[in-house]
Amino acid sequence: MPARISVIMKPGTAKEYETGSWRSMRPVVDKDKCINCLVCWMYCPDNSVLVEKGELKGFRYSHCKGCGICANQCPKKAITMVEEGKE
Amino acid sequence: MISIKEMADVPVKLTEGHRLCAGCAEPIIAKQVLLGTDKPVVVSNATGCFEVSTSGYPYNAWNVPWIHSAFENAAATISGVESAYRVLKRKGKVQDDIRFVAFAGDGATYDIGFQALSGAIERGHQFLFVCLNNEAYMNTGIQRSGATSKGAATTTCPSGTCIPGKREFPKDITKIIAAHDLPYAAQASPHNWKDLIEKSAKGFEANGPAFINVISPCPRGWRHESAMTIEIAKLAVETCLWPLYEFQDGKWKITGESKRIAEGTKEKRPIQDWIKSQGRFKHLLDPKWKNLADEFQENVDKKWEELIKLSKQ
Amino acid sequence: MKRLAVNGDQAIALSWKQINPDVCASYPITPQTIIVEAFSDYVADGEVDTEYVCSESEHSSMSICIGASAAGARAVTATASAGLAFMWEMLYIAASMRLPVVMTVANRALSGPINIHCDHSDAMGARDSGWVQLFAENVQEAYDNSIMSFRIAEHMDVRLPVMNCLDGFIVTHAIESLTPMTDEQVKKFVGEYKAVHPLLDTKEPHAFGPFDMPEYYYEHKYQQAMAMNNVLPVIKEVSQEFEKVTGRHYDFIETYRTEDADYVAIAMGSTAGTMKAVVDDLRKEGHKVGCIKLRVFRPFPYQDVAKATEGKKAVAVMDRAISFGASGPLFADIRSAEFENRIHPRTVNYVYGLGGRDVGVEDLKTVFKQLESGSAKTINYLGVKQ
Repeated sequence: MPARISVIMKPGTAKEYETGSWRSMRPVVDKDKCINCLVCWMYCPDNSVLVEKGELKGFRYSHCKGCGICANQCPKKAITMVEEGKE
Repeated sequence: MISIKEMADVPVKLTEGHRLCAGCAEPIIAKQVLLGTDKPVVVSNATGCFEVSTSGYPYNAWNVPWIHSAFENAAATISGVESAYRVLKRKGKVQDDIRFVAFAGDGATYDIGFQALSGAIERGHQFLFVCLNNEAYMNTGIQRSGATSKGAATTTCPSGTCIPGKREFPKDITKIIAAHDLPYAAQASPHNWKDLIEKSAKGFEANGPAFINVISPCPRGWRHESAMTIEIAKLAVETCLWPLYEFQDGKWKITGESKRIAEGTKEKRPIQDWIKSQGRFKHLLDPKWKNLADEFQENVDKKWEELIKLSKQ
Repeated sequence: MKRLAVNGDQAIALSWKQINPDVCASYPITPQTIIVEAFSDYVADGEVDTEYVCSESEHSSMSICIGASAAGARAVTATASAGLAFMWEMLYIAASMRLPVVMTVANRALSGPINIHCDHSDAMGARDSGWVQLFAENVQEAYDNSIMSFRIAEHMDVRLPVMNCLDGFIVTHAIESLTPMTDEQVKKFVGEYKAVHPLLDTKEPHAFGPFDMPEYYYEHKYQQAMAMNNVLPVIKEVSQEFEKVTGRHYDFIETYRTEDADYVAIAMGSTAGTMKAVVDDLRKEGHKVGCIKLRVFRPFPYQDVAKATEGKKAVAVMDRAISFGASGPLFADIRSAEFENRIHPRTVNYVYGLGGRDVGVEDLKTVFKQLESGSAKTINYLGVKQ
């Protein structure tokens, strides 16, 4: 990207900056337990809880930093944090 | 207010790919604040974690117009933007009905940014100022601010063998702002997202300056697990250290869990729970500093009683 | 248009009235205050539809101008001395965002000791901030520079802020004869403001003032330097167009009887006027003297200065500011410009007029006499009581 004046002309370019590699634990959802209350979506600091038509579809692993807030806040304990590299 | 499912369909204003620490409360708060309006919005940002991490050239985490100019002047900068809006609208050069919001940390609100904030409120610009209050200068590495809790250890008021962390109570900035007699001021917490979104909506539509002070747990600076951010924010409210309330048209109103505590339908938790939850207070568990923990509790109780009294006026 | 008897501050306010900027944010400070008072009257009487913001500090004035200019508005302010010093941080930011903010500076000494009178130490502190800096000799030039400032700042090859300097009290408060342009002439000359990627364009969001890591900061500064390189040709173009409308000629420097002169003095601001009178007096006595007025200080017109000083026997550089431990700031630039010539005249520095110390005809005659006799030291403190 060529250097212009110090104004970023395009919105949302940070999406190209993937922060998923920061993660040591990743969230995994058990859809049998999930009630789609979307509390995890509301509390995700990284816009990494994927929701489609009101349903939790998974996580944006390219950007999720693995903070664990979603798992901690899930009222149904449907999300668990799994160590990266393990199933 | 729309449902959480509908909110999840609203195009995001702050994207992923920002470089705030894992578990930082700031983007959670910003998301909730920005859900408080469906109008086009322009954001001003004071220098700090939130600014640095959401704007590293050429990676822009903002899907809305955004401006950062310096540390101490988020309120002055947005008042310039808003003044331009007023005149250009009057001249027919801008058609949109735009809302304006400034995000600043506690340093940029309580300390270095206070003058510009006070001036902008006094002049009556139409903007919402949100303090992302993590109770210290986190961007430079956890130094003491005017918002730092008494007894908290920071890198400029560490807990040593002689001095147990910060020696002074924080200033009550929300009340100081309320003393400007502005249309709207409030305290909020991201754990109670309904409360925060509602307050933001009121702030955006206040038709004048509005201020919301939001507690923003910082895993790195407060020394707690990143997963605990929302729980810690909730604990701040449950101990009455951070009561949820609003000041509107000269009236004080306690909201959310704080309201239930005031009404006696919810238990007020002891400050000891708060102290135990974060490494920055670890030294206060030493019997040597028991007097400080007691003083902490006394101060929380005193401020809480004052607020209840105000809410009954 | 008929001539008016006004002081420099009133002339600036009049130029603003005729331009009708979108936003004006300012904080009072002597000797600038008359500008914002007079402009407030225009606002109060509905003669302009400017959004006038009474900021709580100069730092906020400049921050408001930055916000307003980024938003897409034409923004102005005025300050002096400590006010400019307080803005210092924001000056660099306005320039780095390439915002065409226009500011009048009523040159006044910096504290301490606190002093409200004229010198150039305030503007010299902003020398490296990325602002274009113009200095006016008198009320007419201050007014004319003010009008031209907007065209220079807003030129698409420039888009940089412009600082329009006039000497505190000597020009700001002295009533002189002013021939203003008509409102229509000003309106036509300055034109409608064209915003570049404004913040208020919510359909195409831009991020102003992002964080730069070492991979980009240098390039952004380079871009700024390149924009500054475009300024002199733009000033020439704007000044020529201005002359067509008003008949008044302006250049980067003004040479006065220098062509056949052996001894030349260089000054900025009101002192240049006194200098011309001194040159006339000394010429009558047979001295081959001349003087140069520098109108554009940033960007520095090296080539013009080099040409005007070529072949002279000696040159005196008048600095109404001090740089402790070094020569005056103007002296350093002049000497650097002269270095382009094969033969360098003896060039000496006179620090003078600090904190409003009066500089009269006799003082300036001393400068020329010392130049002629070769008795001037490299750095001289004119008129100081030892």
